[in-house]
Amino acid sequence: MMNSIILNAATRLLVALLLMFSVYMLLRGHNLPGGGFIGGLIGSTGFVLYAIAQGAPATRRALRAEPQSLAMVGLGIALFAGVFAVFFDDAFFTGQWLFIGATEDDKGLPISTVLVFDIGVYLVVFGSILTLVLALEEEV
Amino acid sequence: MSWLLAAPIIIPFATAVLAFLFRNGPEGRWISIIGAAGLLIASGILMAEVLAEGVVAAQMGQWGAPFGITLVADLLSAVMVVITGITGLAVAIYALADIEERLEKLGYHALFQVLLAGVCGAFLTGDLFNLYVWFEVMLIASFGLLVLGGRRDQLDGGIKYVTLNLVSTILFLSGIGLLYGMTGTLNMADLHGAVQEVENQGLLVVVAVMFMIAFGVKAAVFPLFFWLPASYHTPSVAVSAIFAGLLTKVGVYALIRMFTLVFTTDIAFTHTILLWVAGFTMVTGVLGAAAMNDFRRILSFHIVSQIGYMILGLALYTPLAIVGAVFYLVHHIIVKANLFLVAGVARRIAGSTDLSAIGGLYKTAPWLAFLFLIPAFSLAGFPPLSGFWAKYVLVKAAIDAEAYVIAGTALVVGLLTIYSMTKIWGAAFWKPHPGGLQPKLSSLAPRDRAALLVPIASLAALTCIIGLFPEPFVQFAERAADQLLDPSAYVAAVLGADEVGLTGLAALEVTE
Amino acid sequence: MELLIAIMVGVLVAASVYLMLARNVLRFLFGLILISNAANLLIFVSGRLTAEAPPLIPEGADAPLELVANALPQALVLTAIVIGFGLFAFALMLVYRGYQSLGTLMSDEMRLAEPKEDGQ
Repeated sequence: MMNSIILNAATRLLVALLLMFSVYMLLRGHNLPGGGFIGGLIGSTGFVLYAIAQGAPATRRALRAEPQSLAMVGLGIALFAGVFAVFFDDAFFTGQWLFIGATEDDKGLPISTVLVFDIGVYLVVFGSILTLVLALEEEV
Repeated sequence: MSWLLAAPIIIPFATAVLAFLFRNGPEGRWISIIGAAGLLIASGILMAEVLAEGVVAAQMGQWGAPFGITLVADLLSAVMVVITGITGLAVAIYALADIEERLEKLGYHALFQVLLAGVCGAFLTGDLFNLYVWFEVMLIASFGLLVLGGRRDQLDGGIKYVTLNLVSTILFLSGIGLLYGMTGTLNMADLHGAVQEVENQGLLVVVAVMFMIAFGVKAAVFPLFFWLPASYHTPSVAVSAIFAGLLTKVGVYALIRMFTLVFTTDIAFTHTILLWVAGFTMVTGVLGAAAMNDFRRILSFHIVSQIGYMILGLALYTPLAIVGAVFYLVHHIIVKANLFLVAGVARRIAGSTDLSAIGGLYKTAPWLAFLFLIPAFSLAGFPPLSGFWAKYVLVKAAIDAEAYVIAGTALVVGLLTIYSMTKIWGAAFWKPHPGGLQPKLSSLAPRDRAALLVPIASLAALTCIIGLFPEPFVQFAERAADQLLDPSAYVAAVLGADEVGLTGLAALEVTE
Repeated sequence: MELLIAIMVGVLVAASVYLMLARNVLRFLFGLILISNAANLLIFVSGRLTAEAPPLIPEGADAPLELVANALPQALVLTAIVIGFGLFAFALMLVYRGYQSLGTLMSDEMRLAEPKEDGQ
């Protein structure tokens, strides 16, 4: 933990920005560079920064949930996205798509299990990186 | 079909998630047991399907082979998954009494289930890169289990285990890269045909040796086994038992799979190396065991020695030898996991695994002595237990192949195995306890006693059943060996019957 | 281009083998990270290199219209990087914890799990 007013003040802004950017990266991932892994990395960077500025206990309070549990929930979500295909009689991990408001020449808003899988990956990466970093931060 | 093949992977993963979320209460351990039982049932259904239908295969996400990820089960894969289910359930029950609450809160059950998922995935996948991924899933879970709790000797053993296994991982990855560069495919069934068309067969042998080293580290063969006796005796007993039973066998399975399905282009060279490796592995393992003075460390060296027998079966590469290897693989997982479980009970009631610090178990805990003798004799190859038939088939195969030296080595190593088993027997069971302690099973709480002894007794019973009625098991191993030596059914199941003959780059051109 | 990257892989492997021969576990780990990058490059180059041709299929077509880069090795490398990242983060943490509780980074001083027997 570093005791610096500049870092402290900047962190408040940066954490929010990084988290928002991570969600943007997550959602953009389907057709463009980005996705769950990158999103999770960027999101966890935000909290790593917070941990450097405010210390590990404050970060745990800010996170509310334990990072290990977040990672495990993420694993569960990713698994669910794979298993979801069972309801449609498809093979394991077959992507299922729902096009909301689709018309003849517009695909509408595509919602898919691929996205759900990516959200799971996001949480796994986010949770496991924070687990490691917070453990290291508390040791030092 | 797809779900049947995916279930042994999905069930442990789902169990891991649930067990982790409930890790602070007693629910976690029951979820783990239910999950392990579910895995056993799923593997049993898969086995029935494979027995009835032959090789079954499915494409994940409906991406056709050889481009997508294939899950495939032949008899060898199916039986390995069943054995994983059996040992998984046995160890999950044993863990009820063995794993402290502190470790449960750190997520022991979740890591254990992820390990099972990784092992099952490695057995079921039909894609080389996917095999790499499952190896890593297994590896990262085993890292966690090995150092869980963070005692100093655990960290010491853990560092050696982690670093050496990472080296093997990177060799594996490089091998995958080079093989892909040469053949243009990573689907194992597709590779079977594609390697025949590689122009520079010499390069292929180089890659084969890279894979041999990579899997050899995982399987703990000579001279790559040093991480195993350095680390296997340090974690909790339940963890040692599942490691001893399953982890090295995944390496052996991968060797058998790759060197019967893919790297068969220069058998005279590759399998001769394997034969030397097998001989040295048997001898160094058993000599190492003779020099040790700790229950679990002796057993760790025995794993190495026994791996040599399985490699011997693969190296001889005759139908009978492969039968022996498959039979040995199955028998050894059960016996070895069981011996570690017995060592754990001995430590519980006598206070240590150091042979000079314990004793008197025969007098005061005769049932434990009996339960130790069954797997110990089986490991050494006494008739009529399972190990006898496994060794008999292998030695017979070696003599038939006129490899008299290796047959003799196998027999001598068997004798030395008996020597170190009698060492454990004499020190832990016969001599009086040096501290004057009277180790009794009744000193355990009834609930703990049941949780510790039921898995040991069940695995011992299984050993006896295989030993007394070996006929169906040998027949099964024969069928499995037939499938391994003639992979046409495997290839047809994965690629579809029409596409046999069009492999690798050729198949790519057609689809383009 | 292939030749250049092949030479680079060779240099990386040589450097990492040198590092991995050290007794210091931390150096060994650095060597491991370096060699894993060499392995990733190896996969990448064995998929053949095509400059400036992203494997994208234009809208309306089912297959790429011209020769594009091979997407599979890129996917494999990406997966390998992700896995390697996790493994090395764990290994680094383990070595750090080991240093704290064992008080050494020298591999031949780590004899706790395998104590020297008397008379050796």
